[in-house]
Amino acid sequence: MNIVVLIKQVPEIALIKVNESANKVEFPQGPGVVNPHDEYAVEEALRIKEKVDGKTAVMTVGTDRAESALRACLALGIDEAYLISDDLFTGSDSQAIGKILSAGLKKFGDFDLALAGKQAVDSDASQVPAAVAGTLGLPQIMFVRKFEDIGGGKATVQRMTEDGYDVVETSLPAVVSVVKEINEPRLPSLKGKMAAKKKEITRWSAADLGLDGSAVGEKSGSRTVKVAPPPPRPKGEFIEGETPEEIADKLFDKLRENQVL
Amino acid sequence: MKTLVVAFEKDGRIIPAVYEVIEAAKSLGGELLTAVLAADAEAVAADLAGRGGGKVLAVSNPALAHFNDESYAAALQELISKYKPSAVLSPATLYGKALMGRLAAILEGPMASDVTGLSVDGDKLVATRPSYGGSVVADVTAVSDDAPFFVTVRPKIYSESTEGAGEVIVEMVPDSCFETRARVTDVKVESGGSQNLAEADVIVSAGRGIKGTENVGVVRDLADALSGAFGASRAVVDAGWVPYASQVGQTGKTVNPKLYIAVGISGAIQHLVGMQSSQTIVAINKDKDAPIFNIANYSIVGDLFEIAPALTKKFKQELQN
Repeated sequence: MNIVVLIKQVPEIALIKVNESANKVEFPQGPGVVNPHDEYAVEEALRIKEKVDGKTAVMTVGTDRAESALRACLALGIDEAYLISDDLFTGSDSQAIGKILSAGLKKFGDFDLALAGKQAVDSDASQVPAAVAGTLGLPQIMFVRKFEDIGGGKATVQRMTEDGYDVVETSLPAVVSVVKEINEPRLPSLKGKMAAKKKEITRWSAADLGLDGSAVGEKSGSRTVKVAPPPPRPKGEFIEGETPEEIADKLFDKLRENQVL
Repeated sequence: MKTLVVAFEKDGRIIPAVYEVIEAAKSLGGELLTAVLAADAEAVAADLAGRGGGKVLAVSNPALAHFNDESYAAALQELISKYKPSAVLSPATLYGKALMGRLAAILEGPMASDVTGLSVDGDKLVATRPSYGGSVVADVTAVSDDAPFFVTVRPKIYSESTEGAGEVIVEMVPDSCFETRARVTDVKVESGGSQNLAEADVIVSAGRGIKGTENVGVVRDLADALSGAFGASRAVVDAGWVPYASQVGQTGKTVNPKLYIAVGISGAIQHLVGMQSSQTIVAINKDKDAPIFNIANYSIVGDLFEIAPALTKKFKQELQN
């Protein structure tokens, strides 16, 4: 079983600021972290490998700074890491990242499963895993909460729905995105961290992947024309009273008055 | 502007979020088409046509009984190449997100996800969407019109379209569309008696303040009194008191109901990003400095075990007679 986990390095989102006059999002310093949703994909890859044997890899598109995210995955026991990096990719939208990762997976060669988190906490788009499956013409199962079975060229999974789940069977290779419910990620061991420092990271440029810069980076299909902070919430008020009942009466009146109820 | 809305049905009924997307599409002007794919699409197509869906393209096949990423994408690809819409809109439900991400890649079109506003600037569609957990609101446009602009629209932003005169057109697509490698073998409903978070007008959520699984009922009762959905913070889910499906926040669901009541939730950023766009927020917490009070419209400092039952009683009394 050959598993490639598609990950993203993301900034600490609590520290994001919008510079409205410059029409720019300002990022905090520091290398950022592995997208929290991707941690579940990394863990699931490790668990599948422990069960059915095979090889695991992580792949990302980013700058040199993304190396730390890849090493964090290696420290957990992932076997190989691939950093796809090129100035041509700067400014790529989610669909463009899907194209680049698809080219990366093609160059990687045979794999059975491409795993990813359900979305990145910075772009909040949930596009990339499905875009990769669409580009490569592979089956996809998004928002998976459990692998019931995997092996023999197929997998059976539980796909989360708004009111429960679907059981889905697929042949492999396939692209699967996962939700938090699927597992509880392990922490790295000291030995793992030490080993990760020494591991080689394979680097690929646009040229290595046969990409000429069309439809990626600044030539992405979508363009962000304006950024702004969210509209401020109206100033709130405290509801007070001598008894819980009085508070309940006051809150009810407020909600009625403002036609919330 | 020629817009194609992608409809989803469940148990023979179009899901409400589809009518919200139709309302959004109507606001853009121009020609409107709605595609519905189902085992028996004609059964639901008339409802769409009568509620503003415009020309309703109905594709029926037993293979479409359950959502299937491959067959839905393949069938829509056929309809898009025939009707050439400039924008394709779908609800940002789990199925909608999965389908549109794939379709945009296949047709090499731009995409904007989980959009909270749509407008037209000149002849360009502008999609407004939150990102970075809601800290940034961005306006996104398509660079070229070589392919349609794919957009998923966040539920509960637009009201549902209720009227409009349209027509139903029965469409045939090649059988090859239905040859898929993944297939649904079972469908399980696990709502636990509460309604789904994405579609709820009222959500009442429990936080660590409830202290244990035995007290979940205090918050559920309040949700029931308001005919609302029950939610929870990450702490409560991680403690195993409540299943993951109820989790609101960064690693759970993003919701924006008309009324959100946070019970015993302190308001870590990971929770706030999942609910801060709710129209009205009520927070109950014993700590007057809890961050949740910074975004709440109505803040109640007190013991949730006293306040929540009092609210339940009051709402029951007022709303259920």
